Amino acid sequence: MDALVLQILNGLDKGGAYALIALGLTLAFGTLGIVNFAHGALFMLGAFCAVSLQRILTISQKVRDESITFFEAYKEVPYLELWLGDTGTKIIEWSVPLSILMAIPIMVLIGIAMERGLIRFFYKRTHAEQILVTFGLAIVLQEIVKSLFGANPIPQSAPEIVSGSANVGAFLGLSDTLVYPYWRLIYFTFAVAVIGGVFAFLQYTTYGMVVRAGMADRDTVGLLGINIQRRFTIVFALAAVVAGLAGVMYTPVVPPDYHMGMDFLVLSFVVVVVGGMGSLPGAVAAGFLLGILESFSSMNEIKQIFPGIDQIIIYLIAVVVILVRPRGLMGRKGVMES
Amino acid sequence: MSILSMQSSRKDVVLMIAFAAAVLAMPIWLEPFGAAYPDLMQKFAIFGIFAIGFNILFGLTGYLSFGHAAFLGVGSYTAVWMFKLLSMNIIPALIFGTLIAGLFAVLIGFISLRRSGIYFSILTLAFAQMSYNMAYSVLTPITNGETGLQLAQDDPRIFDAAAEGSGLPLPELFGVTMQDFDGLAGFYICGILLIIAFYISLRIFRSPFGMKLVAIKSNQNRMGYTGFNTRPYLLVAFVISGMYAGLAGSLMAVTDPLAGAERMQWTASGEVVLMTILGGVGTLIGPLLGAGLIKYFENIFSAYNEQILHDIFSFLPEFLENFMVFIVNPFVGEGWHLTLGALFMVIVIFLPGGIMEGVNRLIAWVKRDRSGSSGDGKAKPQASEG
Repeated sequence: MDALVLQILNGLDKGGAYALIALGLTLAFGTLGIVNFAHGALFMLGAFCAVSLQRILTISQKVRDESITFFEAYKEVPYLELWLGDTGTKIIEWSVPLSILMAIPIMVLIGIAMERGLIRFFYKRTHAEQILVTFGLAIVLQEIVKSLFGANPIPQSAPEIVSGSANVGAFLGLSDTLVYPYWRLIYFTFAVAVIGGVFAFLQYTTYGMVVRAGMADRDTVGLLGINIQRRFTIVFALAAVVAGLAGVMYTPVVPPDYHMGMDFLVLSFVVVVVGGMGSLPGAVAAGFLLGILESFSSMNEIKQIFPGIDQIIIYLIAVVVILVRPRGLMGRKGVMES
Repeated sequence: MSILSMQSSRKDVVLMIAFAAAVLAMPIWLEPFGAAYPDLMQKFAIFGIFAIGFNILFGLTGYLSFGHAAFLGVGSYTAVWMFKLLSMNIIPALIFGTLIAGLFAVLIGFISLRRSGIYFSILTLAFAQMSYNMAYSVLTPITNGETGLQLAQDDPRIFDAAAEGSGLPLPELFGVTMQDFDGLAGFYICGILLIIAFYISLRIFRSPFGMKLVAIKSNQNRMGYTGFNTRPYLLVAFVISGMYAGLAGSLMAVTDPLAGAERMQWTASGEVVLMTILGGVGTLIGPLLGAGLIKYFENIFSAYNEQILHDIFSFLPEFLENFMVFIVNPFVGEGWHLTLGALFMVIVIFLPGGIMEGVNRLIAWVKRDRSGSSGDGKAKPQASEG
């Protein structure tokens, strides 16, 4: 029982990341009909928003190290600590959550720039060409990040207060040995909140209603005198923000490096296909489902029966789904079924 | 694509001769570009074969496979195993590398070709990633995991067991090793295989079979309506293209007897897509041009550094020199992938037909400029660039 709960928990945070990226991919595909291979790069850019905010906050000045008296020693102290004292230290410690505030406007700008500058020229081109041009863009973006931040992963830490582990076992009435890092729980909650926010936006606002109408029948909405194109651009920016936030919050889990986006992209595409191209609930459900299945398959008991299953489970499921039910788990009938 | 006629077949003979001459003379005409060393020319030939094969699938049928590197990897592993088990002669390595990769292609193609469009891409990608992940983990007894599969002194090699005490044996063709004649032996083996590969691809392009593949690309439904079962043709194209990849993979093992899983990663599949697109999808010479250019720039650009750039721009005034170095530096050396990505975007955006479309447009423009004068110089300049 403990092991089962632990595996589900393990799957939830990774599943949350898959779901967030897949949600953005599906938004872009459902509205603009674009297969965006640069979406993983947006995830990566979000993560590097966190890195750069941390760098900015810790711009330091050399000061005399008073604790060493034998010789003149200097240490680097961030300006924030010099100016604000303990408050400054706290701000630096909370840099990852704080970078959400910075990431939102940046990702909106990047999303709009990408859509207006590149993607809109590819509405009428084939999916293959869309894949290729966004793939090229992804390479460019990740090389730029590499030249700015270097090739090595840059570890980010979560705030002190949530860096420990939660005693989930005691909370659920199971054994005390079942512990789980706070930050991963936070990541899961955050993912659910963002997904809930996006769905609420689409479901309960007039703006979202028009977007959904446009997804269903773009021409008719256009004939009603609504500038659906502009709304779709905004939705693309929203997708970029979702990917960016997923990246920001993921930094304490896995230290970001320049190709983290590519690693996630392939899996997220598989997630989108399993969920059903163009289906938002499908993308989210498949994200969590595959995340959990992946962590289950890495249990030793299962690995003994099927060696290596944890490495290929997601792809295996994708193959089965595409062959048996090409519209995916929740795809609409008739959409991309060939 | 013109229909089989006397004139076009004579053109093909000219093209074939020009191509063979260009490949065989590569050590001479690549000299001024600084690319005439065997290592690089071998890469041109190997990736040329890979790209030609990929183009048979993607260029003719329009099916975009994102998992072709799997066959490359399978070819490499098989070739190294043949070296270990049978003999250091490269012939069994090449034959089995190609055949086993073809067998893999039958399996993967049979399943993947049930779907088309983006689903086909994802299916091939999924299979390639599965092979890659398994080569790293479960299949370690066969693939030797992260270390990569290497030759060893105590390999069985039933036909020519190693003499005691000598170093690691080298791949050879009846006594001629790849490093003989300053490495030119290795290049000419690759080069001759490239010419054969190109010839087969030319025959496929011109054959009724090739025409059927193009028909599938332009309208698969209509082919179906006329009572034509497209899948066997697609499968044959897929397998041929997989065997090309297998041949390229075993040639990699021949020139350097070592096989690693990273050859199967999806970025490697992406690279061959880049090559084909860059040169021109569906053209005969294009993929070769793309492969050559990418490998050339990879070698040349990545060797540049700030010092060399300062030398290049030293004729400019000081501040302009520094400015140019500042602009160009991120694009060379470590950052040459940036150039590749940017170049690739430019090509897809402005020249979806790749370099070949650019060449054709240029030729058309020159012809129109000369107003009426009919120039038959189409085949020659293409070939000499390959």
